Amino acid sequence: MSSYDIDSPPPRRRAWTGVERALAAVGLSGKALVIAAPAIWLTVFFLVPLAVVFGISLTLKQFGRPPYTPLLTTEEGTVQLTLHLNNYIRLFTDSLYVAAYLNSIKIALISTIIALLIGYPMAYAIARAPERWRNILLMLVILPFWTSFLLRVYALTGFMRGNGVINQVLAVFGIEPLVMMQTDFAVYVGIVYTYLPFMILPLYTNLVKLDGALLEASADLGARPARTFLSITLPLSMPGIIAGSMLVFIPAIGEFVIPSLLGGPSTLMIGRVLWDEFFANTNWPRAAAVAIAMLVAVVVPVMLLQKAQDAVQDSGRTR
Amino acid sequence: MRRGWFLPVTATLGFAFLYAPIISLVIFSFNESRLVTVWSGFSTKWYGELFADPQMLGAAWLSAQVAFVSATIALVLGTLCAVALVRFKRFRGRTVLAGTVSAPLVMPDVITGLALLLLFVAMEATLGWPAGRGLVTIIIAHSTFCMAYVTVVVQSRLTDLDLSLEEAAMDLGATPVRVFFDITLPIIAPALVSGWLLAFTLSLDDLVIASFVSGPGSSTLPMVIFSKVRLGVSPDVNALATIIIGIVALGVFAATVLQLRSRPKKLRN
Repeated sequence: MSSYDIDSPPPRRRAWTGVERALAAVGLSGKALVIAAPAIWLTVFFLVPLAVVFGISLTLKQFGRPPYTPLLTTEEGTVQLTLHLNNYIRLFTDSLYVAAYLNSIKIALISTIIALLIGYPMAYAIARAPERWRNILLMLVILPFWTSFLLRVYALTGFMRGNGVINQVLAVFGIEPLVMMQTDFAVYVGIVYTYLPFMILPLYTNLVKLDGALLEASADLGARPARTFLSITLPLSMPGIIAGSMLVFIPAIGEFVIPSLLGGPSTLMIGRVLWDEFFANTNWPRAAAVAIAMLVAVVVPVMLLQKAQDAVQDSGRTR
Repeated sequence: MRRGWFLPVTATLGFAFLYAPIISLVIFSFNESRLVTVWSGFSTKWYGELFADPQMLGAAWLSAQVAFVSATIALVLGTLCAVALVRFKRFRGRTVLAGTVSAPLVMPDVITGLALLLLFVAMEATLGWPAGRGLVTIIIAHSTFCMAYVTVVVQSRLTDLDLSLEEAAMDLGATPVRVFFDITLPIIAPALVSGWLLAFTLSLDDLVIASFVSGPGSSTLPMVIFSKVRLGVSPDVNALATIIIGIVALGVFAATVLQLRSRPKKLRN
């Protein structure tokens, strides 16, 4: 099957043959190069940086350049490795970090549920729409994604601020202006607003493949629409639900822009705490420790959800 | 199929939710008053102010350069990575490569940004490169996270690809490299275009990573916008947003038209 692994291709008088011969002459196969280029790049600019973060999270803040104590020092000819656990101890003892950590998970979870409740009917409506409408509706879902994320969050501030559009509409009906900006509510709206397309697309891909015959059979057997939905549509769309929820939940946990533009000072989120440790307090080691803790917060749910998705797919296959 | 009122109504409300803030943003970009939410008459003065702002123009130029170069690097590396993962079923470290390339997709921006900055600082201290931070460091950072997205896009296209075409070319004596450039590349070209565009957009949009890895004097467009928006509403940001939305809408419209036009041709062949 793997068709690139054919040895000794017949000679051809073409430029590519020359390229391959030149590579072979220096002992490199095309295959090795194809793998090596991205692998080296990712090692240097993705894996090594994470190791550096971990290393610096074990140092202490100091005044100077760089603003952290060295990991390795040479004293009287011997190399000494100095590790400090202070940053991690602070993460668990200072209530600020614990609160921010838990609050991030809470905000991400609630936003994901709201996005699912709004996104599911939308995806279903698009999947059930007449075929010539589907592509236009899908395009309308994707379009905001191509415009700037930052500018969409900014658009919301104009909408929700004290003298914003919503309050002006409310004033027409004689309703007192609502305080929406700089609250947790604004953060929920912001996350749902910006990540809704990520929820709708996987759900749509899943729901559009749904076999209409199953629904008809269920109706013919006397099931009411709600029953058909709960016992056929919903279970079959589980992979879409999981994929969409992952795509909203994961970026929401580490969100920085939305809480800092829409949330108030009390809206603690871990991404914002990391930002402030780094930029406001210039405490690089502490910021690094927050990053490692955050990594755990993101990786664990991802692995759990991945497992759930695999399980759903497996059960779908055996059925 | 029973058609109730529930689905159309929720879909309409959902689309209203998605578009109302954007539409009001566009409308108020033509507002005369500095108060972005009180209408006081039609004016295009904020557009004039936008194009007279050297800080904004400089940042836009920097962002465009970064996005162009990063998207191109990400396209090359991402395509190589996708080919490696789809076509080479067995090689040492395949699982590690597959995991590492998709990890930036779930990595929070603050971590990616901090990690790369700490790397650049450590590299500068030990190797003397990169000297200072700016264009080069932003490009490296953006290429790295954009590459993950390109890989996903190209990978899904390669998986769907009909292998028999490539096998036929091989049987006719073409070398693997030639098969790739003469057969595979033209077929996956649409995926490459969308991968590049996705990378370009993501790079243009990134605030957090760029804030970490940029140096003094090299502010990208989102960084300038963020510092303005943080201080309050500014109508010239509305004008900028309107221009960006206009370009995107035109681009998506053009892509749709091109797609519809190319369809009958395919049928004829």
